Amino acid sequence: MNNFPVQLNELKTAIPTWHSTVDSAGFRAACATIREHGGRLIALWGSDERARGQGFALHAALMDAPGLICLSLPLAAENPAYPSIIDIFPAATRMQRAVYDLLGILAKDSPDTRKWLRHGAWPEDQFPLRKEFDLKQQYPLSGDAYPFVTVTGNGVHEIPVGPVHAGTIEPGHFRFSVIGERVLRLEERLGYKHKGVEKLAETMTIEQGAKLAGRISGDSTVAYAWAYAMAAESLASFTPEPRAVWLRALLLERERIANHLGDLGYLGNDVALAFGFAQFWRLKEDWLRCNQAVFGHRYLMDSIVPGGVTVDLKASDHGHLIKQGDLLEREVRTLRDIYEEHAGAQDRFVTTGRVKPDLAANLGLTGLAGRASAQSWDLRAQYPSAPYDQLDVRMATHRNGDVAARLIVRFEEVFESLRLCRLILDRMPGGTVFTPLPPAPDNAFGIGMVEGWRGEVLMALHSGKDNRIERLHPHDPSWLNWPLLEHAIIGNIVPDFPLINKSFNLSYSGQDL
Amino acid sequence: MNTTTLFFQLFQNMLVLLAAPLLLGWVNNCRAWMQGRSAAGIFQPYRSLAKLFHKDAVLAHNASPLFRHTPYLLFVSMWLAAAMVPVLAIDLPLSAAVDVIALVGIFALARVFIALAAMDIGTSFGTLGARREMLISFLAEPALLMVFFTASMIAHSTSLTTIVETLAHKQFVIHPSLAFAGIAFLMVLLAENARIPVDNPSTHLELTMIHEAMILEYSARHLALIEWASAIKLFAYITIGIALFLPFGIAEAGNWGALPFALVILALKLAAAGFGLALLESVSAKLRIFRAPEYLGTAFLLAVLGILTLNLLKV
Repeated sequence: MNNFPVQLNELKTAIPTWHSTVDSAGFRAACATIREHGGRLIALWGSDERARGQGFALHAALMDAPGLICLSLPLAAENPAYPSIIDIFPAATRMQRAVYDLLGILAKDSPDTRKWLRHGAWPEDQFPLRKEFDLKQQYPLSGDAYPFVTVTGNGVHEIPVGPVHAGTIEPGHFRFSVIGERVLRLEERLGYKHKGVEKLAETMTIEQGAKLAGRISGDSTVAYAWAYAMAAESLASFTPEPRAVWLRALLLERERIANHLGDLGYLGNDVALAFGFAQFWRLKEDWLRCNQAVFGHRYLMDSIVPGGVTVDLKASDHGHLIKQGDLLEREVRTLRDIYEEHAGAQDRFVTTGRVKPDLAANLGLTGLAGRASAQSWDLRAQYPSAPYDQLDVRMATHRNGDVAARLIVRFEEVFESLRLCRLILDRMPGGTVFTPLPPAPDNAFGIGMVEGWRGEVLMALHSGKDNRIERLHPHDPSWLNWPLLEHAIIGNIVPDFPLINKSFNLSYSGQDL
Repeated sequence: MNTTTLFFQLFQNMLVLLAAPLLLGWVNNCRAWMQGRSAAGIFQPYRSLAKLFHKDAVLAHNASPLFRHTPYLLFVSMWLAAAMVPVLAIDLPLSAAVDVIALVGIFALARVFIALAAMDIGTSFGTLGARREMLISFLAEPALLMVFFTASMIAHSTSLTTIVETLAHKQFVIHPSLAFAGIAFLMVLLAENARIPVDNPSTHLELTMIHEAMILEYSARHLALIEWASAIKLFAYITIGIALFLPFGIAEAGNWGALPFALVILALKLAAAGFGLALLESVSAKLRIFRAPEYLGTAFLLAVLGILTLNLLKV
């Protein structure tokens, strides 16, 4: 790449990726350049390198037109700090706060240094991802005082919601400041599902890590497992068998369809159109049962491992899967017509929870929600790794950025994924599906990125000695999209929040780690 | 009043009490069938009530006596309201004593107390629900009164018994005004009973709830009484609708022979009404809460049109 402020080295991985070790000034300059190019921040994470005789390090993954750019910024062992990049990428705010909570690496000049993941489970002066922190150490629960931003004014009051909800959903706290029913401000507080995934990963070998990766966010298990496998394979400079990657793509598209069907049902349910809910969930259930019958797991867990896949298609499955896809497509087309023609439902969907394209671009809205707000990023279409390079994926986008747009993008993606499934089934090459991975070199960096149903799932893997995980950072697209939900609700009314929230359907587990 | 009518009254009271959950179960069953789900059976509400009555009640520390007593008050007032409606027979001791305005008053009494109880604990959801309930009901109440006035202008009485008697015996006279009033009443019925499209009785999304938000803090027997009272309220509203708009087949008080026939007719009418309610709920989506004023404004307008039509046709 030309005209880039820092020297870049190309990494061997399935997505075009460059890596560079930078200093503080170079870090900010590189971020600013990517921002100017219209690129965006994907992930920010830190690592403890003191065992290698260095200090700490901060890593960032950014997306620019040519591909993924990873920056590593070495930091001091005492009082590690780096210049904040919130002014360049506002999306970095929560990531910077999480990096401090986990590693004690401070972002200088950051306007928001409140805690993010720490809820009183460990003391303020302890940092779980530092190597000296003992995983088994239990601390007495300390208080969890958290300064929410308060809105004052005549008639303004607050509605605190969660983390325990009336329905069976993941925990998150939402603080609404409202006048009557109108929302003036929403502030999210997440981190209730923090379970130490990254710390746990450091006790594992690269092989064992695959099982953990598949359990970070259950609804995206295929995307996580594939991203992890991709990262592990890039560490070992290994290319999986062709049949294995074709099967991976089939599994990923099946996961996308299952989740979109579920969400389309939920969107019906949230406007009390129980008919839509029942129909879509019937279709999803049939789809999951087919997964169980053909691949041995309803949610396709543990199907993808570094080195290939653990499942294979029998010749007899081909016709069955094609037939099921055709049947599903017919039913979903009918249901789409019903949703589109239902005046009551459309009245609820259209203009609700709008994220305008310029705001989406500024804050880095990504994935499905991003595509509904004219943020045309889709790894499968723009940086197609095998087998997507032979499938010519058509990206679904929309400009309106409201609940209706996210609904339409979901419908279009279901149809596109069904088309892809058909193509994959017809063109799948023969051969073996698994080859054991050679051991990874010590102190190497591998990265994997997969377009899951929510958006891009990134997996950054730093290897240690004896094929062990030195540092694993799984990154969910929800990191980038949660802040936009706070904007989407502004000016809407309180009872529309569940609908808007569901139209994003972000992961708690994937971002709380 | 003699012993026979008294017996009729007691029989109707028990019938209302025991049949109300059955009607709810029937509506839920119809909904499940229409949505392609397998139904829980029409006796499910009884099982739910039995379950709740067997649980230990949990009360917030700062709950006042108002919070604890409201479920009983709610239950009794709904039962009383349902008992006043000429369901099976006319000229019952209770229904002769009260008129439609009192009926609206009893509903209002129950509503005021449930809203106060919702705010009693001080959680944000209770207040949220109470606020929304008041928004809905202050718009629904005038519409309901207008519906009753249309009927009472036909019968020249605000006594429900007289209205039913008049309408039941003049069933071949066509009252166009009742068509307006009927639609208005149906809209009010949906709004007042927390049904789709105004509220969603089966939602667990706390931010969208209206009725459910008010009773979120109740448990065990208190919740059971409230659920039962809601079932009775729905039953009462449907029977009022039947009494006003489909009164044929009702028995005279003390006429033993007409009772079985009246029972069968009532069961058929309730089944049809429950099916219709389920159908309406299955094809509708919930309105945005700020569309509720438009919706209830339409109901009010229709009811007023009913009165106007009546007066125009009289001249």
